[in-house]
Amino acid sequence: MRVEPPVVVEEDRFFWDGVKEGLLLLRQCAQCGRLQHPPSPMCPTCGSLEWSVRQMSGRGTVHSWIVSHHPSEPDEAPRIAVVIDLDEGPRFVSNLIDCEPDGVLNDMPVEVVFVDVDSVRLPQFRPVSR
Amino acid sequence: MTARPRAAVVGIGQTEFSKNSGRSELQLACEAAKSAIDDAGLTAADIEGTVTFTLDTNDELALIRSLGIEDLKWTSRTPFGGAGASATLQHAAAAVKSGAAEAVLIYRAFNERSGHRFGQPMQRLPSARTNLHEPYGLLTPPQVYALWYQRYMHAYGVTNADFGLYSVVARRNAATNPKAWFFGRPITIDDHQRSRWIVEPVLRLLDCCQESDGGVALVVTSEERARDLRHPVVAIEGAAQSSVVDGDMSFNYYGDDLTRFVEAEHTARRLWQTTGLVAADMDVAMIYENSSPVVFYQLEAYGFCGPGESRDFIAEGHIDLDGTIPVNPHGGLLGEAYIHGMNNILEAVRQLRGTSCNQVQGAQNVLVAAGRSAAILGRC
Repeated sequence: MRVEPPVVVEEDRFFWDGVKEGLLLLRQCAQCGRLQHPPSPMCPTCGSLEWSVRQMSGRGTVHSWIVSHHPSEPDEAPRIAVVIDLDEGPRFVSNLIDCEPDGVLNDMPVEVVFVDVDSVRLPQFRPVSR
Repeated sequence: MTARPRAAVVGIGQTEFSKNSGRSELQLACEAAKSAIDDAGLTAADIEGTVTFTLDTNDELALIRSLGIEDLKWTSRTPFGGAGASATLQHAAAAVKSGAAEAVLIYRAFNERSGHRFGQPMQRLPSARTNLHEPYGLLTPPQVYALWYQRYMHAYGVTNADFGLYSVVARRNAATNPKAWFFGRPITIDDHQRSRWIVEPVLRLLDCCQESDGGVALVVTSEERARDLRHPVVAIEGAAQSSVVDGDMSFNYYGDDLTRFVEAEHTARRLWQTTGLVAADMDVAMIYENSSPVVFYQLEAYGFCGPGESRDFIAEGHIDLDGTIPVNPHGGLLGEAYIHGMNNILEAVRQLRGTSCNQVQGAQNVLVAAGRSAAILGRC
């Protein structure tokens, strides 16, 4: 499976640093507490430029999903791409693993797992019973 | 109807729509522009402004040097691609009504099949957002958009075969449009269901727009001046945009409700408010469709039917040529060509002039909806 490594920019360096440590970190406004994902330089609620990070529980549910085939590499194994509703509120785009396409259900509970994919460590999600 | 002075579309022009134009994007832009200026009965010297997309590769100076426009007074560009197609009309009308430019040339031209193909992985600048999407296999527009549409399917029990209802209508219209790539080639729902998956379980090949080479152009001036020109006056009754917080080009994974197209709802409200017109006043709807599901979203956003009702609305024939609101009589971006939505505006003008090959009789008001932008064109 081919994954282009992300070209980290100033706003998401903390995120990828967290992933290396096995942590799912989101940007939280140091002034008003808003969780801002994807991260931005300025808080749209209060205008603050000061940020802290908050560790997510890694639990959530599948909001929507597709099967993604690589457009020009037909022999590559397909992946399931998902939008996750994190338990803490924000949405998070990821992959669903350890699940066949015909087993995916909207709103099914999932949990994060950190996987090395084509030498890139990614937070992905797998089904979990609740 | 508004009493304010309006701008009007007085010229339209295009190249042929193909898969391999055999010439440069700049030449396509020149040919389409010259055709539109000629159609208006104007000369290059009359053009005082230009409008195009930020994504268009044809720079203004290169174009005016070829066309022979001596001195340009206005340039502007609309961001994010095809969802801003109708914003070009808003830009041109703003220039005309403010006096910044008396006549404005709108153009869009590309070799989007023989050159850079939009169906392949997108080339976007590194950003926190792309870093959080692309590594997960969201590389092409169909993948990106399908992840939005799947929630709609779940919410309303809509299947891929339901989306195919639109594809059949688009290809039926294209089949009787000699300028359409798919002229003479209608499809059945069985053809749709036999076409290969592009993004399971949402999009098959026959749900997706084409990749096309070609160019289109329009000339916009004041309604007053339009009355002295050669064609029936096609006024820009209203034009509006919406870009919302957390939105992206033309999708949004982070908004509250993925079953709705919020930008299109905002755009609709602004159009109805500024023109005094309502959905029931529209005789034809041109709807931007890079793939079939976005027609479902926009039919609902503009109030032609209620939330989740598009499947039945289309199945009952409402968007057919003889239906209550014919959609994309030229065959749309699936059937005619994908000139980034701009060919939809040309068909709106033809419908109002009464010169379309698939003419809706007596068309007075045409909606040109492009997702984050929309306009109403009306025959005066």
